[in-house]
Amino acid sequence: MQIYVCVKHVPDTAANIKIAGENGYNDSTCKFIANPYDEYAIEAAVQLVEKQGGEVVIVTVGPEAALATMRGAMAMGAHRGILVKVDGQFLDSDITSQALKAAIEKDGAPDLILMGKGAVDTEGFQTQYRLAAAMNLPVINEVLKLTVDGGKAVAEREIGAGSREVLEAPTPCVLGATKGLNEPRYPKFPDIMKAKKKAVQQFTLADLGIDAAGAKSELLKLEPVPERSGAKILEGSTRDRVVELVRILREEEKVL
Amino acid sequence: MANIGVLIEIEGGELKATNFGVITAASEQGKNDVYAIVMEGAAEAVKDQLSAYGAGKIVAADADGLAASPDLQAAVLGAAIQEYSLVGLVGLASARGRDVFARLAAAQGLPMAADCVAVDFAAKTVQKSHFSGKTVATIRLDAEVVLATIRPNAIEPVNAPVEAEVLQFAPAVSGPGRVSIVEAKLSGSDKMDLTEAGVIITGGRPIGSAENYKILEECAAALGSAAVGASRAAVDAGFAPHSMQVGQTGKTVSPKLYIGCGLSGSVQHFAGMKTSKVIVAINTDKDAPIFEKCDYGIIGDLFEVVPALTEALKEK
Ligand SMILES: Cc1cc2nc3c(=O)[nH]c(=O)nc-3n(C[C@H](O)[C@H](O)[C@H](O)COP(=O)(O)OP(=O)(O)OC[C@H]3O[C@@H](n4cnc5c(N)ncnc54)[C@H](O)[C@@H]3O)c2cc1C
Ligand SMILES: Nc1ncnc2c1ncn2[C@@H]1O[C@H](COP(=O)(O)O)[C@@H](O)[C@H]1O
Repeated sequence: MQIYVCVKHVPDTAANIKIAGENGYNDSTCKFIANPYDEYAIEAAVQLVEKQGGEVVIVTVGPEAALATMRGAMAMGAHRGILVKVDGQFLDSDITSQALKAAIEKDGAPDLILMGKGAVDTEGFQTQYRLAAAMNLPVINEVLKLTVDGGKAVAEREIGAGSREVLEAPTPCVLGATKGLNEPRYPKFPDIMKAKKKAVQQFTLADLGIDAAGAKSELLKLEPVPERSGAKILEGSTRDRVVELVRILREEEKVL
Repeated sequence: MANIGVLIEIEGGELKATNFGVITAASEQGKNDVYAIVMEGAAEAVKDQLSAYGAGKIVAADADGLAASPDLQAAVLGAAIQEYSLVGLVGLASARGRDVFARLAAAQGLPMAADCVAVDFAAKTVQKSHFSGKTVATIRLDAEVVLATIRPNAIEPVNAPVEAEVLQFAPAVSGPGRVSIVEAKLSGSDKMDLTEAGVIITGGRPIGSAENYKILEECAAALGSAAVGASRAAVDAGFAPHSMQVGQTGKTVSPKLYIGCGLSGSVQHFAGMKTSKVIVAINTDKDAPIFEKCDYGIIGDLFEVVPALTEALKEK
């Protein structure tokens, strides 16, 4: 099986995001990681290839620094990588999907494209669908259980309150992974060393004939969400405090 | 007057209460004509409930095989944009809404913003979270139609009754997509989904066992239509299923009231519930970080405070 896994290079979820200018942030002070949902996709791809044979290729659209993130993904068992280099911090998901498509099609014929359910930086929740539409492939997102066999993918996703639905699509198809699908492995030291030698091809958007100027969504402003200033601590006996809390919630906050 | 569509969600025969806030967002204080699109064959049944919040056109949409094909649902929405000259189309950022809106946007080559907390149709801008709730982004969608899903409960529903009519809509959309829903595995419980709930009470690691969630269930019952959540630490310890997890790798919720019991206040947990209106914390440690970022705090043992709270709620 030829599996492509799209992995985004994103700031660590615990990073403190310092806004810079109108619509940017200071990325020199953040630690970057592979998008956490994409790790479930990498793990699923590596497991499939371990069982059925084939190759796992990591595809990333990002800055040069994303190479480190890609090495981490290759240490988990992926075979090689393709980096489409871009400068800006935010790229329209339509342009991103065009870049992913061009990179994949230049390289080979996918049996499966695995992605995360969404990126934790822009929380876009759509690149999978755009890539699938551009490549004329079926897509299923938020997959937490998966079997791929006999030219068919059978996937489960949650539809609310613990209920799930089962979906089917013929392969090749695009699948977006979410927590629950598997436990991403921690690479061992020899795997980390081996990953350093794995091949990574590099392109620019221009190499792939893509113009970022065609973006249809524009980030106008980025603002910090104000933190709450700290709790009003209720005092007295347990009984007094819960009675006071109920009064506040009913009469002052009017949320009950 | 601009025409704005709303994808209505009905689950298990019940109109989700979170639809009303989306209608409020679409109507912009009565500035727009709201087309409520109902795909479950229940347009007549829900007409009065929808018009109470300002939806004057109830679109009864139908197509062969609609329920089993998310691509067909997206195609029907695409056809509705044409038919009713919609300049905006919004829906819930639920499992279904997120999926169908992304399919629609991709198929039509339109920009789309997911999980928004505000929409301005004239300016074609939305506000949404970036970086797991740490920042809010204002995004301009440069297209004829503004497509957006809205975080459940993010917009307070406003009662604004209008006269309503039902429009039958059976567009000629082509064959089912290649993705089909082959089975629904219903959890069987009548538990409310966390993202729908107006009030949430969550237990963290110190809950200690699955059984102990009972004290939170009892409190939820006393709170009235409340749901029970869990932290990742509690889920990873096997005390609760992942469907109950709130946070960056769990669910994003925005209830009126969030009561966190035995939560330290981690960044990743807050990523999923930061936009709650009022946050209350119950924690034994007066220095727990959660007290820095909530509205009301009770320093105490959750096993003592929660049952007492349940009792206090039951009075009157
Ligand atoms: C990539 C990533 C994603 C993550 N995603 C999520 C996510 O989606 N959701 C999530 O929740 N976490 C997530 N986490 C984990 C997160 O960082 C924390 O580890 C976790 O939220 C801690 O859970 P907790 O607050 O229940 O437990 P703890 O951190 O152990 O805190 C327990 C608190 O309870 C107090 N306490 C102890 N006993 C009692 C008692 N009897 N009564 C009252 N209070 C008591 C303690 O003082 C303490 O403050 C993620 C982490 C990473 C790295
Ligand atoms: N720049 C990128 N490079 C590689 N993959 C990406 C990129 N952006 C998004 N993706 C993939 O698309 C998924 C959804 O991203 P998004 O639509 O941005 O939330 C992610 O989980 C990744 O798998």
